[in-house]
Amino acid sequence: MNENVGVKTLQIDGHEISARTGETILEVAEENNIRIPTLCHLEGLSNVGACRMCLVEIKGSNKLLPACVTTVFEGMEVTTNSERLQKHRRTILELLFAERNHICSVCVANGHCELQALAQALGLTHISLPYRNPILTVDASLPQFTVDHNRCILCTRCVRACAEIEGAHVWDVMGRGINSIIITDLHDDWGASSCTRCGKCVQVCPTGALFDKSKIGSDHPKYPDFLPYLNLMREAQ
Amino acid sequence: MTIEELEQIAKSVCQENAKFDYEVNVCMDLACFSQHSGELRDALVKAVEASGKKVLVRRTGCMGPCSSGPLVRVDPEETLYHHVNAGHAEAIVSSLGGEPVPDLQCDLNEHFEKQVRVVLENAGHIDPEKIEDYISRDGYQALLTVLTEMMPNGVIHRITESGLRGRGGGGYPTGLKWGTVAKAGGDLKYVVCNGDEGDPGAFMDRSVMEGDPHRVIEGMAIAAYAVGASKGYIYVRAEYPTAVSRLTVALRDARRHGLLGHNICGTPFSFDVEIRLGAGAFVCGEETALIASIEGRRGNPRPRPPYPAVSGLWGKPTLINNVETFANIAPIFRKESKWFSSVGSERSKGTKVFALTGKITHTGLVEVPLGIKLYEIIENIGGGVPGGHTFKAVQTGGPSGGCIPADMLGLGVSYDALMAAGSIMGSGGMIVMDDTSCMVNVARFFVEFCMTESCGKCIPCRAGTAQMFTLLSRICAGTGTMDDLELLVSLCGTIKETSLCGLGMTAPNPVLSTLKFFRNEYIEHIVNKRCPAGVCNMEAPVEVLA
Repeated sequence: MNENVGVKTLQIDGHEISARTGETILEVAEENNIRIPTLCHLEGLSNVGACRMCLVEIKGSNKLLPACVTTVFEGMEVTTNSERLQKHRRTILELLFAERNHICSVCVANGHCELQALAQALGLTHISLPYRNPILTVDASLPQFTVDHNRCILCTRCVRACAEIEGAHVWDVMGRGINSIIITDLHDDWGASSCTRCGKCVQVCPTGALFDKSKIGSDHPKYPDFLPYLNLMREAQ
Repeated sequence: MTIEELEQIAKSVCQENAKFDYEVNVCMDLACFSQHSGELRDALVKAVEASGKKVLVRRTGCMGPCSSGPLVRVDPEETLYHHVNAGHAEAIVSSLGGEPVPDLQCDLNEHFEKQVRVVLENAGHIDPEKIEDYISRDGYQALLTVLTEMMPNGVIHRITESGLRGRGGGGYPTGLKWGTVAKAGGDLKYVVCNGDEGDPGAFMDRSVMEGDPHRVIEGMAIAAYAVGASKGYIYVRAEYPTAVSRLTVALRDARRHGLLGHNICGTPFSFDVEIRLGAGAFVCGEETALIASIEGRRGNPRPRPPYPAVSGLWGKPTLINNVETFANIAPIFRKESKWFSSVGSERSKGTKVFALTGKITHTGLVEVPLGIKLYEIIENIGGGVPGGHTFKAVQTGGPSGGCIPADMLGLGVSYDALMAAGSIMGSGGMIVMDDTSCMVNVARFFVEFCMTESCGKCIPCRAGTAQMFTLLSRICAGTGTMDDLELLVSLCGTIKETSLCGLGMTAPNPVLSTLKFFRNEYIEHIVNKRCPAGVCNMEAPVEVLA
C-alpha cells in the first residue's frame, strides 16, 4: 500500500476518528471539533512546537508530544485533556503571565487577546509565581503600528508571517533565554527598518504586543484568518 | 595509500625514533601549556643540544593528571615528572641514563592502575600535529581494513555487536543509530561530529581533539563508509582554538596522504570533512540546534521527530555522534571483535573518559572501564578529597545531571545505574564536592547556567529556569519559604515534562537530585536561615533580574 494516500484510524479522547496519512494530531482534532489549546500555532504558518500548550498524551509513550507537529499513526490513542495536561498548561500560562508585564486592564488587546482567552478557558484565577516585572521598551517609531515588548510572549508568529508570507523577514529574535526579544532588522527602530508596513504581523500577534495605533482606546480585534486563504490563492496561481 | 604504504610510514617513524636513546614527552595540552610547558619544551630542546645526547623532545596531548602539570614523561623508562618548569630542563636532560631527578618524580601508580586507556591510548604518546606519529601507532589501519575488506552492513554489524553507546550523554546505541542513517534514502548524507562540549568542568572532547585529532577523523570516515555519507562536519566550539588548529592540520595531512578526499586509498569511496565553529551557545550541543547552527541559522532546537537520522542537515539523513564516540570506532576494528564488549558492564560496554574536577587531589582526565565503582574513581584514581575535608557528593552529567551522595559511592558507573540514581552519565564531567560545598548553592549554580544558556524558544525552559533561579536565590538568601520550595518542586515537574529539547527537560535534575539527597540543607536554609556549609550569605539581598 502506498503510504502517501493511506487513511489512518485513531482515537482522540475516546472518539474513533479517521485521518489522512501525514496529518498532525492538531489538524485531525480541529476537523473533529476537539479543541486543543494553542498559542504559537497559526494556520497558514509553519509549526515550531514552541509554546507547549498543545502537548497531548499518547498511549504507550511517557513523553508528552506537541499535537501541532506530531503526525498521526494507525491505532494511535490520544488524550488531549487530563489532569496532568491541565496542570502543565496552567503552569505554562502562569510562567507567561509572570514573565513580562501582562496587565490586561490597560492593554490595547483586552477582550481580544488569545493569552487572556486561554487563561479564562483554563480557569487560571491567580498567579502563584513571583512576577518578574522586567523593564522593557515600547517602539512606536512606525506611524501605523507599535511593538510593546511588555506584552510579547515570543510565539514568533510575527517572525514567521513576515518571513514566510510577506517574504520580508524583517522580524527575528535577538538574545538568548529569558533575555530573548523580537527585533526588526538588526535591532533597528521599526520605523527605520526595511519593514514593508503590510501589517500581517499585527494581525497574527496573539496579544497586544503588536498593535495598530488607530485602535488605541477602542476595540482591537485581530483577523489572522486571511493566511490560509492567501496561501490557497497563491498555490492556485 | 595501501596497508603496505601505511606500514612503511610506521616503519620509517620507528627507524627514525630508534636513532634516539630517549624520548622526552612534554604535555602541551591546555592545562600544562597555560603553565608554560611551551617554554619548558624550548628549554629541553636547548639542553639536549648542549648535552649532545640523542634525545627526542616531543610535544604531546594530555597525559591525564592536569593538576600536577606541567608534566614530562621520559621514555623508555616511563619516568613521570610533575610540576616541571623551564628551569628543570637541564637537570632532566643530565639525569638521562642515570637516576631520575628525585624532586620532580611523581608516583601516580594508583592513579593510573585502575584506568583502561582506549580513547586516550595515544594521548601523551604522539605529537598531535604529526600524522606519521598516529600512523606509527596503527592509525588509519582500521579505515583501510574497513574500506578494502568489509561491506557497510558488516561495519554496522560490528559496531552493534560491540555494544558501543553514544558518549555524548544520552547513551543511544551507536550501531542502531548508524543502521537508521544507512537505511534512510537519498544520495547525499552527512556525518557530523559533535565537539560542542559545553558542560561546566568538562574537557574530555577538547583533550581528544587536541591530543589525538586523527583518531576522530578516522572514526568519522569509517562511519561515513558505513552509512553511505560523502561529507562530514566537525562542529567545534570557537572557545577551543587549539583544537581547531590541530584538527585543521590533521585534516590537511589526512588529505595529503589520500586518507580523505576523492577515492580514498584507491577505493570508490569519497569523503571529506569541514570544520564548523560554534559561537558559544551551550544549546548547540543539542543535535537539532547544532544542525541549525551548521546551516548558518540561529541555534534553536526543533521538535523531533523527524530525527536527524532521517532529516538532518539541509533535510538530508545525518549521522551525529560525539567526539568520544568517534574516537572509540577505530580500536573496535583494530582489535578482535569480542574485545570491546569484554570491557565494561552488562549494558554499558567499553570505557568512558571523565574529567575529574572539584575538591579532588588529582584533577584531570581519567579513562575507566564502565561498571567501575564511583569510590574507585574518587578515592583510588582521584586520590580522594584533599585538605582533611570529607567527601560530600559527586556531580555527574553537568547541568543535566545530578548529585550522588557519599553513601552511594558503591554505585557502578553505567548509563542505567546513574539514571536510576537520579543523575545521568552525561558527556563525562565529574565534579567532586566536599563539606564546604552548599548543595542548594550548587543547584542554584547549575540552574543559573541553564537559564543563561536556554535558547528562549519554548516557554517552560525560557521562563521556567528563570523562575527556578529566582526561587533558589531566595532560599540561598534566607528569604525563601516552604511555599517557595513546594512551588519549586511543582515547577521542576512541568519543566521536565514539557520542555522542547534536552536542555529544558534535564534542567531541573540538579535541583531534584539535591532535594532527594540533601533536603535537610534546603530546610535548614528556609527554616533556620542557616547555610550548613557556610557558603550562602544570608544577609545579601535577593538578586533581582533585569
